[in-house]
Amino acid sequence: VSERLLIVVPAYNEAGRVGRVVRDVRETLPQADVLVIDDGSADATAREAADAGAAVASLPINVGYGTALQTGYKYAVRHGYEFVGQIDADGQHQARYLADMLAALREQRCDVVVGSRFLGNDGHYRPSAARKVGIALFGRLATAITRRRITDPTSGFQIMRLAVARFFCSDVYPTDYPDADILILLHRSGFHVREVPVQMRPSTNVSMHGGHRSFYYVYKMLLSIFVTMLRPRARGEAAP
Amino acid sequence: VIDAHSRIVAIVSCLGLLAIIVDLVRRRRMKEEYSVLWVATAVVLLVMAIWLQLLRWLTKVLGGVTLSSTIFFLALLFVFGMLLHFSMRVSALERRLTALVQEIGLLGVRPADPTDERDAEAPVADPAD
Repeated sequence: VSERLLIVVPAYNEAGRVGRVVRDVRETLPQADVLVIDDGSADATAREAADAGAAVASLPINVGYGTALQTGYKYAVRHGYEFVGQIDADGQHQARYLADMLAALREQRCDVVVGSRFLGNDGHYRPSAARKVGIALFGRLATAITRRRITDPTSGFQIMRLAVARFFCSDVYPTDYPDADILILLHRSGFHVREVPVQMRPSTNVSMHGGHRSFYYVYKMLLSIFVTMLRPRARGEAAP
Repeated sequence: VIDAHSRIVAIVSCLGLLAIIVDLVRRRRMKEEYSVLWVATAVVLLVMAIWLQLLRWLTKVLGGVTLSSTIFFLALLFVFGMLLHFSMRVSALERRLTALVQEIGLLGVRPADPTDERDAEAPVADPAD
C-alpha cells in the first residue's frame, strides 16, 4: 500500500543544486510526489526542478522561507496527502534520512519528526560559534518549555502528518523563519514532536537560513516564543 | 504664556491641515477611513489653540510648563498613534499579499503525479513505478 506522501522543497536561487535534491528524493522515495516551491528565483531553479521531475509552484515574488513552505502545506491539504515532508533545496539534507523519519512518524506516536544534526552527537556538523550559541540557546529554551528534548530547533528537515500541515495553513505559522517558536507552538497545540538523528552537509547557501543577521534572529525568536506563550493555546488535531 | 502670534500660527496650521485632508479625500487620493485620525488631530489641536482655558487646564493636568509644549505633546501623541496604525495596516497588507502570492504559485502547478503527461521539454528523469 503506497501512502500519499508529498515532499516540499522550498528553493530560492538554487539552480545547480535543486535538480540533484529532487532526483535524490525521487530515487529514495519513489512513491512520493515532489513539489518545489520556487520562491521568486531569478535563476533557472523552476526549470531545473521540473526537468528533474518535480511539480513546481512558482511564486511571482520572493516571500521568504516560511511562506514558501506554507505554500507547500496548502498544496498538500488541497490534494489530500497523508504525510508532508520538507527538505532544503541546497543539498544539505540527504533524502535517505526521509525514509527513517517517515518510519519514525508511522511507528512512534507523534505528529512531526525533525531531523536533528546534534542528536547523534557524532560531531559531524560544526556550525559557526554564533550559530552554535543560538541553536543551543533556543534548543534549551524549547526543551524547557515543552519538556521534550529538542536539540536542533533550526532544522528545516521535517516530516509531518497532514493535520500538522493543515494547522500550519492558518495564520499561526510564522512566515519568515520558523524555528523553536513553531516547535513550542506545536507542543502547546497538542502535537507531538520527535527528533531523529541525521547527518547534514554544510549548507552552501547563505540566502535561506544563514542570511538573516544573528541579532535580528535572536530578537525575533525571543519575541516570537514570548508571544507564543502569551497566546491562548491553539487547538490542533493530533494523532490518535 | 502663549502669545497671540503663536496662537495664530497654530490656528492657521490646523485649518491648513484640515483643508489638505478634505481636498485629498475629495480627489480620492485618501480613503475616508484614513482621514479619521488626521481630522481628529487637526480638530483637537484647533480647539486647543482657540479655547485657551481648556489648554491651560490641560497643561496643569499634564504638568507642563508652557502652553505650547502641551500642543506639541498632543501632536506627538497623534503622530505616534498614526504610525502605530500604519504599522498594523502594513502588516495586514503583507499578510494579504503573501496569501495572494501563494495562490498565484499554486494556480500554475501541474499535479505532481508521475502518471501525468508532462511537457516534452520537461522529461521525467526516472519514472516512478
